Amino acid sequence: MNFFWDLFLGGITRGSIYALIALGYTMVYGILELINFAHGEIYMIGAFTALIAASILTMQGLTGISVLLLAMLIAVLYSSAYGYSVEKIAYKPLRRAPRLSPLISAIGMSIFLQNYVMLAQTSDFLPFPDLLMDVELPEAIAEWIAPSEFMIVVSAAVLMICLTLVLKFTKMGKAMRAVAQDREMAMLLGINVNRIISRTFIIGSALAAIGGVLIGSHVGRINFYIGFAAGIKAFTAAVLGGIGSIPGAMLGGLVLGLTESFATGYVSSDYENVFAFALLVLILIFKPEGLLGRSSQQKV
Amino acid sequence: MKFGEELKKSFFIALGLILLTFPIMVIQVNTIENVVVWRWRNLIFIGLGGFIFSFFCLLFQKKKSESSPQTPAGHSRLHRIIDEPRLYRPALSIIVFLALIFPFVFSHYQVNIMTTALIYVMLGLGLNIEVGLAGLLDLGYVAFYAVGAYSYALLNYHFGLGFWTALPAGAILAAFAGILVGFPVLRLRGDYLAIVTLAFAEIIRLVLENWNAFSFGPSGISNIPRPGFFGIKLTPEQSAIYMYFLLILMCIFTIFVIHRLQHSRIGRAWVALREDELACQAMGIDKTKAKLAAFALGATWAGMAGVLFAAKTTFINPASFTFLESAMILSIVVLGGMGSVVGVVIAALALILIPEYLRVFSNYRMLLFGAALIIMMVFRPQGILADRRKKYEFHKLQSGGEN
Amino acid sequence: MNGIFMDNVLEVKNLTMNFGGIKALDRVCLKIRKNEIVALIGPNGAGKTTLFNCLTGVYTPSEGDIIVHTANGKSRRINGMKINSITKLGLARTFQNIRLFGGMTVLENVMIGRHCRTHSGITGAIFRPKSTRDEEKDIVKDSYRILEYIGLTTYVNELARNLPYGAQRRLEIARALACDPQILLLDEPAAGMNSQETRELEQLIIRLWEDRHLSILLIEHDMKLVMNLAQNIFVLDYGEEIARGTPAEITSNPVVIEAYLGVQNDAQVN
Repeated sequence: MNFFWDLFLGGITRGSIYALIALGYTMVYGILELINFAHGEIYMIGAFTALIAASILTMQGLTGISVLLLAMLIAVLYSSAYGYSVEKIAYKPLRRAPRLSPLISAIGMSIFLQNYVMLAQTSDFLPFPDLLMDVELPEAIAEWIAPSEFMIVVSAAVLMICLTLVLKFTKMGKAMRAVAQDREMAMLLGINVNRIISRTFIIGSALAAIGGVLIGSHVGRINFYIGFAAGIKAFTAAVLGGIGSIPGAMLGGLVLGLTESFATGYVSSDYENVFAFALLVLILIFKPEGLLGRSSQQKV
Repeated sequence: MKFGEELKKSFFIALGLILLTFPIMVIQVNTIENVVVWRWRNLIFIGLGGFIFSFFCLLFQKKKSESSPQTPAGHSRLHRIIDEPRLYRPALSIIVFLALIFPFVFSHYQVNIMTTALIYVMLGLGLNIEVGLAGLLDLGYVAFYAVGAYSYALLNYHFGLGFWTALPAGAILAAFAGILVGFPVLRLRGDYLAIVTLAFAEIIRLVLENWNAFSFGPSGISNIPRPGFFGIKLTPEQSAIYMYFLLILMCIFTIFVIHRLQHSRIGRAWVALREDELACQAMGIDKTKAKLAAFALGATWAGMAGVLFAAKTTFINPASFTFLESAMILSIVVLGGMGSVVGVVIAALALILIPEYLRVFSNYRMLLFGAALIIMMVFRPQGILADRRKKYEFHKLQSGGEN
Repeated sequence: MNGIFMDNVLEVKNLTMNFGGIKALDRVCLKIRKNEIVALIGPNGAGKTTLFNCLTGVYTPSEGDIIVHTANGKSRRINGMKINSITKLGLARTFQNIRLFGGMTVLENVMIGRHCRTHSGITGAIFRPKSTRDEEKDIVKDSYRILEYIGLTTYVNELARNLPYGAQRRLEIARALACDPQILLLDEPAAGMNSQETRELEQLIIRLWEDRHLSILLIEHDMKLVMNLAQNIFVLDYGEEIARGTPAEITSNPVVIEAYLGVQNDAQVN
């Protein structure tokens, strides 16, 4: 039973991270119909920025929760800025171009950012401080869940609830949904589409950054390549849940995390990524709109 | 001031870049020794580089919007060279001559590089069928490449099959793979097709990496024989030259077949499929057959290239067949100008040879590649040579007669 | 206008099309005879294009039958058949929003239409035996002849997307004609045309009817064109048939006038 619980917990934990990153993919796809290949790199840059910030803060003598919060804040700020810049440089000029152009541009940006971090920092794994170790959980909870896992699951859940509330009730959220549904119409109604698109990227990047910081603390090390691996998985999660659907991204993340965890636990750990991809292929073949998506009718 | 607007903008962009890249470029953390290295020099580097680069980009954009109606697609300088027989024939003769003497003038190492470039020409032309002609976004092309390479390696290992038997075998197996992959994904549109092909390719690579009993895992397969030359034993140098000419022949063959396919009934059907899938069906074209044909033919070329690759490097392992490879081949097709044979050839040669000759920047190779993709897409999305449609001539007296 | 009325080429029986909760078509019945021009009219959203889409295989009808009687005497129920198979059977169409192959030349667009009447495949393309070469020559020749017939030869090597609007509409007809259809389905062919172009279109359709003995099913809002061309008219409103008959019968039908023609008469004054 313990084994099962460990796998379950592990699955929920990684699933939460996938969900946080997947939200960025799904929001951008919903608005621009673009697969933001560079999103995984934003997550990675968030982790790196947090590492750098945390190191400097600790060297200045700061300890405890404040390190975590400050490092996370700085990571979020920077990732958002990166997300914003990526959109302006690589995607905005190609809004009217045929489908393939922004895709290639996105792939190029992903490669660029990976190598940028690798060259500017290092290609080795960097140890990531456990920023979550100072979190104290009440006895009852601490018995069956580690502090970092708890933090990840709870933070992710809280953030996703906030996002859902923002999208549903705020003016900006409604504008975002409008632009996702019909960009032209939204523009005609006076919505500043460019600003909405920028904000979408910023929010997605912020969430990914938080995910990066949490995972860095949890796993204990990062390198420039984590964005690619996590990116593909998170994208799988987004498609699984139904690309363009926010609850879908959350559900997809959890399903993927659990599937991976149990498959590696009970079947084989070598083929971990194969399970994720196989799941993606099956979903796309049999239900391309994902678990929560709606199949689109073509207008003739 | 003439470029005042651009200078001002560039200044702020450079400033923004400095702020943005500050943590990653300037700060280097060494957690073992608990030291922080501050690399202030990089600030200047970013600032200056960013300023200059954005200045020229803005300038270029300004020029583009101000200039008179652009040269219509199909009339760029390169096209004019191709059209004019007086320019085209001598140019072609020179190229042929250079290609023939190349291996005898340059070193063994250079010949190998050129041979690699030629393999990518084949790959680019093969993918061009799927992406450039039929408009099928395939991000997993490398899988077919792997099928070809591993076919030769394994058939040779288990059954002693030689190169010349393995070549068609690899082609057929890859074609099969193309149909197998194509069949379930036919109804997926655009991006979904791209993702599913990417996933398929990654699955194949991971299986090759982990199923040691079948593929010998990450250590790969070695001692793959080079193609025989009438049974004569060749030195490595001679063998390299032999492979080079073999590739030249294969490329000519590829260009010939692709050209025929482009200007045929099925070639037109593919372009119609790419332009408007629904209207294409309404005109009586079976989109399933057309898509499968595109996949199968594209895969066939990757398969052959794979066999050639295995024979050339005599050693293969799963690391050669990553997503990055697919991305490179796709870039060749897109940068070359979708559908344009000459464009794809030029792009393949450029993409492989330029990094080799700019060895000085080898660390920055991938960085520059990524940047090049973005720059090309933003500033010249149609690629080097846009595809042109065939023009037909008709005599006035009676209809009929073809150019 | 009287034609040679013979058997039916197309029969639609109780055709119903449901989209989720919406009934786009409700037990629609329609008949088209050989060499007959039939018009389908009705307010926007009445289901006319939906009917076209059912006939051509874009949608699979929820209920009912669509039966095609081919030239060689066979009858086939085409519900749910693949789009390209239906075209091969003899139904060719144009689209309400022009769907040409913009990146191909005018001639090539028409050549695509010949696809379903020709055969050469991959081996033919690569090896170019005599049969393939002859077939290619025929495709080019036949396509050019169609362009001559329609009057688009001046644009023969132009990219389709560069054509003026009226020429694009006619090119769609030329392309459909290349499929060698028995029944031509035209979806608002006169939309966006000025009166001169509309008159020319009218002449073209009459010629198609006279020279090629085609059956033509026409969706149109231009009432003058409809009344001049149609031998039989079906009126749809909210997915249901509200009237059918000859032009004379329809113009005097009070139900039709209330639902549709009344509004149209005002519009026609412009």
